[in-house]
Amino acid sequence: MTDTKNPDQIKATVIDQDSHMSIVMDDMTGVSMEDFAGRESVFNLSDVNVHYGNSLAVKDVSLDIYKNQITAFIGPSGCGKTTILRCLNRMNDLIPSARVTGSIKYHGEEMYSPEVDPVQVRKLIGMVFQKPNPFPKSIYDNVAFGPRTLGMSGNMDEIVEKALRDAALWDDVKDRLEDNAYGMSGGQQQRLCIARAIAVKPDVILMDEPCSALDPVSTFKIEDLMMELKKDYTIVIVTHNMQQAGRVADLTAFYSVVSNDEIGSRTGQLIEYDTTNKIFSNPKDSRTRDYVTGRFG
Amino acid sequence: MSSSMVTARSGDANFPSRLRAESPRYGEKIIKALLATAAAISVVTTVSIVISLLGPSISFFQDPAVTLREFFTGTQWAPSLANPSFGVLPIVVGTLMVVSFALIVAIPLGILLSIYLSEYAPKRVRKVVKPLLEVLEGLPTVAIGLFTFFWLMPTIVKLTPFLPWAGPFSIGVAGIAVGLVIIPLVSSVSDDAMRSVPRGLREGAYALGASKFEVSLKVVLPAAISGIIAAIVLGASRAVGETMVVMLVAGAGNPNLSFDPTKGIQTMTAFIGGRATGDIATGTLDYNTIFAVGSLLFFMTLAMNILAIKLVKRYREVYD
Amino acid sequence: MATLNSPLPKRSQAAALGARAVTESVFGKASVQLKVKNLAFYGILLTALTIATLSIAAILIWSIVEGHPRLDLNLLVNNPSSISPETAGYRPAILGSTYLIAGVILFIVPIGVASAVYMELFANRAKWYNRFIELNIQNLAGVPSIVFGILGLAFIVRGPLSLGFVVAAGSLTVALLVLPTVILASREAIRAVPSSILEGSLALGATLWQSVRRQVLSAAFPGILTGVILAVARAIGEAAPLLLVGAVTFVTFDPKYLEGGYSALPVMIYNYAGRPQEEFHTLAAAGILVMLLLLMSINSIAIWLRARSEQNW
Repeated sequence: MTDTKNPDQIKATVIDQDSHMSIVMDDMTGVSMEDFAGRESVFNLSDVNVHYGNSLAVKDVSLDIYKNQITAFIGPSGCGKTTILRCLNRMNDLIPSARVTGSIKYHGEEMYSPEVDPVQVRKLIGMVFQKPNPFPKSIYDNVAFGPRTLGMSGNMDEIVEKALRDAALWDDVKDRLEDNAYGMSGGQQQRLCIARAIAVKPDVILMDEPCSALDPVSTFKIEDLMMELKKDYTIVIVTHNMQQAGRVADLTAFYSVVSNDEIGSRTGQLIEYDTTNKIFSNPKDSRTRDYVTGRFG
Repeated sequence: MSSSMVTARSGDANFPSRLRAESPRYGEKIIKALLATAAAISVVTTVSIVISLLGPSISFFQDPAVTLREFFTGTQWAPSLANPSFGVLPIVVGTLMVVSFALIVAIPLGILLSIYLSEYAPKRVRKVVKPLLEVLEGLPTVAIGLFTFFWLMPTIVKLTPFLPWAGPFSIGVAGIAVGLVIIPLVSSVSDDAMRSVPRGLREGAYALGASKFEVSLKVVLPAAISGIIAAIVLGASRAVGETMVVMLVAGAGNPNLSFDPTKGIQTMTAFIGGRATGDIATGTLDYNTIFAVGSLLFFMTLAMNILAIKLVKRYREVYD
Repeated sequence: MATLNSPLPKRSQAAALGARAVTESVFGKASVQLKVKNLAFYGILLTALTIATLSIAAILIWSIVEGHPRLDLNLLVNNPSSISPETAGYRPAILGSTYLIAGVILFIVPIGVASAVYMELFANRAKWYNRFIELNIQNLAGVPSIVFGILGLAFIVRGPLSLGFVVAAGSLTVALLVLPTVILASREAIRAVPSSILEGSLALGATLWQSVRRQVLSAAFPGILTGVILAVARAIGEAAPLLLVGAVTFVTFDPKYLEGGYSALPVMIYNYAGRPQEEFHTLAAAGILVMLLLLMSINSIAIWLRARSEQNW
């Protein structure tokens, strides 16, 4: 693991989407976690615990998320991957019983300190949801809503066009910008949601299983888009689809559930965090190996 | 694992905060306060109702002419006679008679309609029947009262000459008319309850070879029972409080203790509606009597409503 | 029969036919019985539906038959008169109801929608007082209308507000009565907007109020409007509480908000119905007809709105 490569050059190549064991990113071989050590990180999580009411949902998560990388969170359902994701833009604040302890730093600034304004956090850290959730308005208004609400300056038509182009949607919709967004296909709706998110020029985009409701063709389009967006944004994606993590992610965090039958609790835990290549080809932990080989999960 | 790599770009104090609010957002806080104030108006309403009822009610019971014992056990209701008596039982019985007849009409019809709506009616038919029931629910009770007094009552009298009808009023017919008023309420609440019974329960029964009739009566009905009871309780509560139909059909006279459905009997609401139409001076015993009966009415319906809310909550907890 | 052409050996065919015969002999009769039961039950259900429909039809037909002789312009523009019922009308009552309803709308729209928004989107359910507000509104929806009349008499006509027997007092009383209807309908409409819409907006960095106003409320608007319309319809027909707050005077002049007596359509109808002369009963039925026509047009607007704006999420 002494061979160092610039992680920016890491390119994911899909070799065979049917057999995840054969997904080996040729450029990745040899890149190790140590290579990221000196790089600029966006988030630093240490000992993060999330409670819902009295039950501990996720415990002791510590990891760093690096700038302009795609980081994937994988794991079985209930492992807390979405919970942690939603901590990163303080979306969990919407659940009154949710409580976050530990430290989550964004560019060195503590995100859960009392002076921090969650609204401000969400301006910087955008989110794309599991099910496409366009507003029941025109395509144009969907994209323009964010910039208008945040009072962004500039020509609105240009802002909308730029966002739609960046989301690879412009050519599909340029002639029907005033149509209701619900008339679009699922894949287009999800790309509209991405356009909507990047229209407000965030720093990070969080994606919560963005392709789980989509067909394979739409999924590939969104994955291509992510590879493009990574140049300008830091992306964190939760996915239940291991092939997807293999195809797009530079780094992968594997979470699992630890159940305590005595008190009937199920708590999510971060098991292993490494380069995607390492996680899929040579994980340290046997639980990770079982999961990525399909023996469990 | 990862702990070794918490290398973090050190959070230096000079680094300008990007996460603080750009403005204190006072507007947002003011709006939240305004919204909460609006919601508090309903609480103030309830509190005002209780205060407005209790004050004069206390004066009522403090009056030397009235005793608590007589009020609850006396069988003479003649509050405005020169030699008044204040036994509330006759008008309570009047109210209960109305409720019983209303339920005799509304329980079978309401529940059958809800079974039809939730289990049998094709979507198209449902789309017609639902608004139809809403029309019935939206009919002013004055209209139903007039219709009953001028048409339904004479018609029933004509059809049943063997019954001892006397005069233009009847508590039984008033009850039937109130039954019409509460059918939509009973059927919509039980329809909600039946529709929230999970599909899986029905499919399980069908898979065992049960017919639609058996599934409706032996699976869905028992599963939705707490909601259906809630519907009946709500219907009864509404019947207790119904005023216009009762004033028109049961008459505001005859506050004698009687169980004869063919006669007009005064109810609690008819007493209040009838007494208060005159401009009664505040603080008189006459005025206070209205509030004493009003309190009884309020607490009766309050108990029923809370019971119904609890029952609805129960099935929501199980199925939603 | 399919079994005869099947490639099974003869013995198996015979066995299959035998099995079928046994099955039919065991279950056949039962299934006939069951079919009869099923049909009978379906018949009972349809009877219930017919009775409900006939009741509505009977009320409508009765009011048309009884009221149509007086369906003229006098009915709307003339003042009431105890001497000449043939030409007496509902003028002050119609104006009174109009004033009343205008006041009701002014009160219930802002207060009702604001309460619903608070309870659905701002209130922390874990707090006891928010749960109390919720229980309180559910209960208030079931308080008898005449009890609101008592509240109006003690607190609005007299007592703290002391407005006297005026339209404003009646308006406020009826507004408080229908407020829970608006709140519950608006909450329903807000809840029908998926939470993902709110989340989507918040995730863009919009504040809660910006998200509620620009996204949730605009999506819930048709549902809220329907709720308001239904509440207004109820307010138009409400007579009982008005008996207690002064709308009984036999007024022959146009109402004013804060002074003088007033009447309202359903109260006037009740008043006419209680008079002995036949002509007044016709007048009462005609009044019902006017009120029903008004309500039906209002309700159709609500139904049309609801049908038009159904958003499939």
